[in-house]
Amino acid sequence: FAGLADVSISEDIPVEGEITVPVASRSPDEDYSTLDEPVRDTILRDLKAVGKKFVHVMYPKKSSTLLRDWDLWGPLVLCVSLALMLQGGSADSKDDGGPQFAEVFVIIWFGAVVITLNSKLLGGTISFFQSLCVLGYCVLPLTVAMLVCRLVLLAGSGTVSFIIRLIVVVAMFGWSTLASTAFLADSQPPNRKALVVYPIFLFYFVISWMILTFTPQ
Amino acid sequence: ITCLVLYLFAEFDDAANLLAANPDATTISIDEPVEIPKNQRSRLQEPRREEDDELLGTDDSDKTELLAGQKKSAPFWTFEYYQTFFDVDTYQVLDRIKGSVFPVPGKNFVRLYIRSNPDLYGPFWICATLVFTIAVSGNLSNFLIHLGKPTYHYVPQFRKVSIAATAIYAYAWLVPLALWGFLMWRNSKVMNIVSYSFLEIVCVYGYSLFVYIPTAILWIIPQKVVRWVLMMFSLCLSGSVLVMTFWPAVRDDNRRIALATVGTVILLHALLAVGCLAYFFDAPELDFPAPISPAHNGTTVVTKSQ
Repeated sequence: FAGLADVSISEDIPVEGEITVPVASRSPDEDYSTLDEPVRDTILRDLKAVGKKFVHVMYPKKSSTLLRDWDLWGPLVLCVSLALMLQGGSADSKDDGGPQFAEVFVIIWFGAVVITLNSKLLGGTISFFQSLCVLGYCVLPLTVAMLVCRLVLLAGSGTVSFIIRLIVVVAMFGWSTLASTAFLADSQPPNRKALVVYPIFLFYFVISWMILTFTPQ
Repeated sequence: ITCLVLYLFAEFDDAANLLAANPDATTISIDEPVEIPKNQRSRLQEPRREEDDELLGTDDSDKTELLAGQKKSAPFWTFEYYQTFFDVDTYQVLDRIKGSVFPVPGKNFVRLYIRSNPDLYGPFWICATLVFTIAVSGNLSNFLIHLGKPTYHYVPQFRKVSIAATAIYAYAWLVPLALWGFLMWRNSKVMNIVSYSFLEIVCVYGYSLFVYIPTAILWIIPQKVVRWVLMMFSLCLSGSVLVMTFWPAVRDDNRRIALATVGTVILLHALLAVGCLAYFFDAPELDFPAPISPAHNGTTVVTKSQ
């Protein structure tokens, strides 16, 4: 190393460069707090999400919005309105009338849970709440059918009204089943699709039966 | 533990039977990792009865038999444990349903179709379908029977759905439990060749109820003779599935006990059918003075003259 003692950096070569540590620029307010916004904004945002999903159900395309941003507000609103509309049916004694509010509620939610468990046990890849969300939202056509049935029954309850109601309920039942199958079928193993679709068919069939057999006082 | 050991014995015994029944087998002595007591080993070397061959199914199920004990190894608190009970494909479920509706005389349903892969999908959803089919058909049939009458006011009778559900699910799950307990108890006294696990019994009962679904739909026809003929027919079909399954399991027992067991199985099955017909479907010839009588039971009223 003797020769290195002679090495010297000549003075007219400037040493230049930059020594900076790159700092991650702070993203400007990405996760802004929703606490400070007015309540109207919060409610409207949720309502818009629910409304968007309603539109997705009525025109079922293979979009993943319904699956990705699941929420249970829509199913709750639909279930409560359907159960309320099924009240007021005729019954001479308490035992022989139509389903009570609690019975409709239990059938819809318990049925949806059982179908979700069934599809998960058969090897489906969808998450629990996503499946509940889809099944709940696809009750929308049947709720519309119930509304139409009540309006038709206001006009009269003869054979013609029954035929109209039958056609409407059958059409909406098919729509519900097809919509939910369109959303749920992709997440199932291919050789078990029929095993998963059949309980969904049974579920909407039972709800359709409750709607069709509603007779006013 | 005794039940588990007995079950393992039964599985290996079945495997040994299948190997022995193969006409091309050159040896009868079998190396098994589990100790077999002496009385069973002497049985292995008896010439097999032909019925056993047919009933046990001489297809390539040796491996499935031997592997059967190793399948369900996940602990019972994990989700994977329960997934093993739903390990069936669409065609398998359809095959099992076909096997229950067209029972081949002499073929054992469990050995032929279930083959150590009992599933809970079939029993559960067939029971659910049956519950709603009976409730809906009953309601529809009552509506059609009373259609012309001026005093009749239609009601959906939704309360009957809960009753139907309780009855059918209790039958499809409690009766197999009792039967399994009884068979295990007899197995501890008499070493049977064939014994079933609890899930296999639930499977047989569940699939045997399938034939009642089209029967319930056809019960809408408001003719008494037609209904009873249908009931007899479906009772024979599903009863024969049950009999052919359980007869080999009790055949080696005391004669009386074997006959009593099979008789009870058929009797309970018949009671279910008759009870459903009586409770959910009003008898066609009766005239109802009041439109609704919720506790009405068709069999308690003697039919009026036609």
